Amino acid sequence: MDDIKNKLTDSQFEFVSNVDISHDKKFETKPVGYFRDAFRRFCKNKSSVAAAVIILILVLYAIIVPLFMENDYTKSLTDTEYLQYTKLLPKSKLFSWAGWDGCEEKTINENVYNMYRAIGVETGYDPIKKVVDSWRENGSLYYKIKIDSYYALGMLYKSLTYDEYEKIQAWQNEHDIQVIFPAVNTSSFTIQSNKENANIWYEIKNNGAPKLDADGNIVPLYLQTGNDGGYHSKRVADDDGTFRYAKIGGTIDAMSYNVRVSKYNYFIYKYGREPYFVFGTNAKGQDIFTRLAAAAQFSFMLALFVSLINLTIGAIYGAIEGYFGGLPDLIMERVTDILSGIPFVVVTTLFQLHLANKVGPIVSLLFAFVTTGWIGMAGTVRMQFYRYKNQEYVLAARTLGAKNARIMFKHIFPNSLGTIVTSCVLVIPGVIFSESSLTYLGIVNLESSTMTSVGTMLANGREFLSTYPHIILFPALFIALLEISFNLFGNGLRDAFNPSLRGTED
Amino acid sequence: MFKYVLKRIGLLILTFMIIISACFILIRLLPVTEAAQFGQDQQLIENRRELLGYNKPYIEQYFLFLKRTLLGGDWGLSEKLYFGQEVWGVFVEKLPPTILVNFYSMLLSVPIGLLLGIYAALRKNRWQDHSISTIVMIFVSVPSYIYAFLVQYLLCYKLKLFPLQTNEGTEYFSWGMFVSMLPAVLSLSFGTIAGLTRYTRAELTEVLTSEFLLLARTKGLTKRQAIMRHALRNAMVPIFPMIIGEFVGILSGSLIIEEIFGIPGVGALYINSINGLDYNFFMLLSAFYTLIGLVAGIVVDISYGFIDPRIRMGAR
Repeated sequence: MDDIKNKLTDSQFEFVSNVDISHDKKFETKPVGYFRDAFRRFCKNKSSVAAAVIILILVLYAIIVPLFMENDYTKSLTDTEYLQYTKLLPKSKLFSWAGWDGCEEKTINENVYNMYRAIGVETGYDPIKKVVDSWRENGSLYYKIKIDSYYALGMLYKSLTYDEYEKIQAWQNEHDIQVIFPAVNTSSFTIQSNKENANIWYEIKNNGAPKLDADGNIVPLYLQTGNDGGYHSKRVADDDGTFRYAKIGGTIDAMSYNVRVSKYNYFIYKYGREPYFVFGTNAKGQDIFTRLAAAAQFSFMLALFVSLINLTIGAIYGAIEGYFGGLPDLIMERVTDILSGIPFVVVTTLFQLHLANKVGPIVSLLFAFVTTGWIGMAGTVRMQFYRYKNQEYVLAARTLGAKNARIMFKHIFPNSLGTIVTSCVLVIPGVIFSESSLTYLGIVNLESSTMTSVGTMLANGREFLSTYPHIILFPALFIALLEISFNLFGNGLRDAFNPSLRGTED
Repeated sequence: MFKYVLKRIGLLILTFMIIISACFILIRLLPVTEAAQFGQDQQLIENRRELLGYNKPYIEQYFLFLKRTLLGGDWGLSEKLYFGQEVWGVFVEKLPPTILVNFYSMLLSVPIGLLLGIYAALRKNRWQDHSISTIVMIFVSVPSYIYAFLVQYLLCYKLKLFPLQTNEGTEYFSWGMFVSMLPAVLSLSFGTIAGLTRYTRAELTEVLTSEFLLLARTKGLTKRQAIMRHALRNAMVPIFPMIIGEFVGILSGSLIIEEIFGIPGVGALYINSINGLDYNFFMLLSAFYTLIGLVAGIVVDISYGFIDPRIRMGAR
């Protein structure tokens, strides 16, 4: 056969008839291919297009935010600095008018109220936005106030080395922002907790209430004696040059400068920006916005990986089953029957117990997903192959001498691609859901300093559900949005690829 | 039909045995975690392990395990969680709360789901159908634990309608227990209602467009009669097996809902057995979950044949 083909050249052929027999008009329009047609149908389904846009936004969020906004501040788990900035409420500069302003309503007693007021007086950031109500109960005064959680951060005692002390002073000179505030003369305080409370910088009575002067103002109690290591930087407004800004401790070799810093301004010094977090911070002080983006990135990557591996294994397995049928099909179907009988949670647990210590929790989770995950894909591909394998074009290909593998992957597979792509997309929300459930339950532990997952974030936010619901709100919102849009998108794809199926399954 | 059932049961037993054996081998391959702790007699531990047969060859252990568990119903003693107690006894004790919560959830969601689905199908392509379908789409997609958080925050914490956690104790049928279970029941129900609504709507709309319904109308039945006598009955053919399957599935419960609401059920036991590395519990519960899944599958398939005699099971 090959010999003849090689011997014949084009010139040896001639037309049977030279008369042009086709009277049909040539098509003016461009031909519409399978995928183009599907795309056109998909675009008609408005909800699916909207879902696709939402998915795109979420994916971009997961890619871009960790690239550009992640820094030491958001990553590290053990930095003691930002343990000072825990559970801050979501605050957005753009949407502060809509209640997205980092404020909450709180009921406090008189002493705490005065402390917040004093913070406002000293730092210039008044945490009390509004006094909603005040009342007397059993002889003590209570306030219901709207309080800004960022401004309420207040003061902190910090122990610095000489270099750090100088560095902050230099920075203060440069930026004209007061980080270090005058030290307090605590000798008159009788209660130890008051001495340690950096927010009390005024004269107090024994019950903790401030002593007020004739005009009702707070009386400052700044330290005016002793050595502060030559403080030479910005001073507070009513300082006549006598206030001391540090208490010196430690040994002569290693002196420590104990200073009062404003947490708000210290943040600006340390991280170069004002502390406001659009999604707030979690119980460890990490920024939920960037943390969630990192978690989302992980979830997407995992889902994509699982989806691709499942596609590969499932396609090959299902193709062999569907194409050959008969005994191979029967045996291979029994194998999938058995595998699909194992509950997923059992598979994951076994993999975690065996592999997590050797190859890490992510790889073992991946293994668990792949072990049983491809079965659905294999089933889909098998059905498609049963549908197409007796079609005329397959017969034609076989008559022309095409090998089995060629018929399977060159002829049948492209025709079933639409269905396969759809089920591939529908795998993704399932994987993300399973991953979040498993990490939430603690069966899989993915928490580390550089990595997190949505499930872990949910689990960590659980204990603050009633007190700080924002910690759990954003991961929950993310996963809900993701699941809804992926399902809509997948359904839209399915309808677009198989118009005949429309409406039967949803 | 009979032959088909036998074949399915045979396959079930085969699958179950393979999975159990695999679990057994994988568990036995794990390192022993009973490290010598301060105040513990290492010799005592060794003696106990010897007596329990841990030092015999794996093959012998395997047959011993099969004989004890499947023939004798003895799944061993708890090694960590409930030290020294019979695993089976603890497991049976934990079953009622799981079953109750899921049973209440089914009781709530089946009627609502069916009614909503029927209503949406009858109002197809009108605003009622569109709004139901949209809501269903949302509720089907959102994971159940998100409802659990919502229910816990809004109903339990903000409005204080229910306690935050399920009551402890064994008075499963008391009113207080029922109320404390309701948040979990609600959280489980949203997804089930939505799923059932969607399925019912799809089946019923298909039946409503079929020709025999047109015939029923032409021969003089009112729309109501035609729907009640013909459409609904036929639409129920695929729906009922699904519900029956879910009823078998309620035994296994939902791990995550049990965790959130502190239901002292098998789900919590399973999680604890994993975290506490109590292998005997793990074996029993793995076997249990596997069996439930397999049985539910068979029950669904067989019930098709019972509900609709036109479907010949196992026929080619």
